[in-house]
Amino acid sequence: MSDRIPNPANDEAPDAARPMVHIQHVDKWYGNNQVLHDIDLAVEEGETVCLVGPSGSGKSTLLRCVNHLEEIGAGSVWVDGELVGYRLRNGRLHELREAEACRKRVEVGMVFQHFNLFPHMTVLENVSFAPITVKNENKAEARAYATSLLGRVGLAGREGSYPSQLSGGQQQRVAIARALAMRPKVMLFDEPTSALDPELVGEVLAVMKDLALTGGVTMLVVTHEMGFAREVGDRVVFMDAGRIVEQGPPAQVLGDPQHERTKAFLSAVLR
Amino acid sequence: MVVPVRHYGRMIFAVIVVLAVIGTVYSIATNPNFEWSVVAEFLFSPSILRGLGSTLVITIVSMAIAVVLAVVIAVMRISPSRIISSVAAFYVFVFRGIPLIVLLILLGNLGLFLKSITIGIPGTQVVLIDVPISEVITPFVASVAGLSLAGAAYMAEIVRSGLLAIGRGQREAAKALGLTSSRTLRFIVLPQALRVILPPMGNEFIGMLKASAIVSVIAGGDLLTVAQGIAGTNYRTIELLIVATIWYLLVIIVFSIGQYLLERRTAEK
Repeated sequence: MSDRIPNPANDEAPDAARPMVHIQHVDKWYGNNQVLHDIDLAVEEGETVCLVGPSGSGKSTLLRCVNHLEEIGAGSVWVDGELVGYRLRNGRLHELREAEACRKRVEVGMVFQHFNLFPHMTVLENVSFAPITVKNENKAEARAYATSLLGRVGLAGREGSYPSQLSGGQQQRVAIARALAMRPKVMLFDEPTSALDPELVGEVLAVMKDLALTGGVTMLVVTHEMGFAREVGDRVVFMDAGRIVEQGPPAQVLGDPQHERTKAFLSAVLR
Repeated sequence: MVVPVRHYGRMIFAVIVVLAVIGTVYSIATNPNFEWSVVAEFLFSPSILRGLGSTLVITIVSMAIAVVLAVVIAVMRISPSRIISSVAAFYVFVFRGIPLIVLLILLGNLGLFLKSITIGIPGTQVVLIDVPISEVITPFVASVAGLSLAGAAYMAEIVRSGLLAIGRGQREAAKALGLTSSRTLRFIVLPQALRVILPPMGNEFIGMLKASAIVSVIAGGDLLTVAQGIAGTNYRTIELLIVATIWYLLVIIVFSIGQYLLERRTAEK
C-alpha cells in the first residue's frame, strides 16, 4: 500500500498530450533497502528510451514496475492514462485483483534477458498462445498474425521448431515476436542482449532498431549496448543507486555527461 | 591388430551367476512339493481373474484419485498463504507417516467409532446428508480411500518437486503475457513439470499395484484376497501365491511398456 498519494493534478491525465508511460514519484523497498528513490519518468508515444547504468542501479526493477511484475512502495505508474496494478479510490491506491492486473498487463509487452520461451511449445505456439488464450483471438487469425511477426523478425519458416533447436539470438527474436503478438502499447526490454553470444547480439539489436525506427513502437530498453542507445534511442536515462542521475538525447548524455557518476560509468563501459 | 584386455574375473563371475540361476530354476521346476499343475489350474480360473480385475480397478481408481489429490496438495504446499501450506504439509506428514496396513485397518473398521456421516449447516438443525458408515465404507471404498490418501502424500512431494523445477522465468513470462496464475499452472508449469514428474510417478503406480495386495487385510476382494481364500480351502498356499505373483509381474510388464511410450512422448523437445 502506498502512503504517498499521487499528485492529484495528474490523477486523470485526460489530455491528448499525456505520455504513453508516466512514472510518478515511484519509491520501492526490498525490506529496509530502498531500491528506487522518487523516480519520475515520462515516455512519449513512439519514443525509444534507453535506461543505462551500473548493475544494481534499479533500472531493471523500474522496468518491471511498468507491467507490475514488481509492486511499488509509493507513487504511481501510468500506461496510456491508466494506472498500472492499482486503482485510485478515495485518494489511496488499492492493489488490483489478479484478473484485473492481468488484463492491464496485456497492454505492455516484455522481453526478458533469458528469453523465457516456453520450451514445450513450438515457435508458432509460443507466439500465438497468449493471443488465443488470453485475448480469445480467433485461432487461424492469431496464427496468421504470429507467422507474419515471425517473418518480421527474420524467422519465416521456423514456425514448427522448438526453442531448444534455435540459437540464442533466434530465441530472443521469437520472444520479441511473442510480446508483439499481444499488440502492446509499450514494449519493455530487460537487457535483451546480455545473455547472448557476442556474434548474435547484432541480429537482435537490428530487429529492435527496426521496431523503433519504422514500427513506431513505444520502447523502454534496459541495455548495456551504448552503441544501440546512441543510434536508436530518442533519449537516454542514466540511473545509479535507485535514482535518475541525468537524462537527455543520447549524444548529450553519452557524449557530454554532466555528472561525475555518469562520466565514471561511461568511461568504465566504453573504455 | 588390437588384442582387447581379457576380464577373467568378470567371466568367472558371469559363469557363477548363470549356474546359480539355472540351479534355482531347476530346483523350483522339479521340486515335487510345487504342484505346477495346480498353478496352471488356477492361473486362469474365474475367481482369480475376478480378483485380478478388482486389483486393477482398485489400483487405477486409487491412482487417479491420488494424482488429482497430489496436484492439489502440491499446489497448496507452495501457496503464499502460510495456513494453506501448513495444512498441506500436515497432510503429507500424517499420511506418509501412518503405515499403510494400519491406515487400511482403521478405514476398514471406521464403523466402530463413527456411526454415520452427517453433513449439515453448522448452528442450524438442517441436515443435508446423513448416511450410516457401514453403507458407505465397503471394503472396496476403504481400500481405495486408504491407497489414494497414502499415495497422494508421496505423490504430492513428487509433484511439488516437479513444480519447483520450473524456473521463475517461465512464470514471469506467462505473467507478462497476461496469464493468471491458474492458467500459468495449467498451460505453462504443469506440462513442463510432467517430464520431471512422470518417471517417479511410474514407480508410484507400480508401488500402488503392489500395495493393493495389502487390502487383503480388510478383505478387499483383490487378487491376493482371492488367492488366499482359495488356498484356505485347498491348502495349496505356495501355488496360489505363485499364481498371484505371475499376474502381478505380468501387469507390471504391460505397465512398464506403457510408461516407456509415455515418457518417450513427453521427452525433451
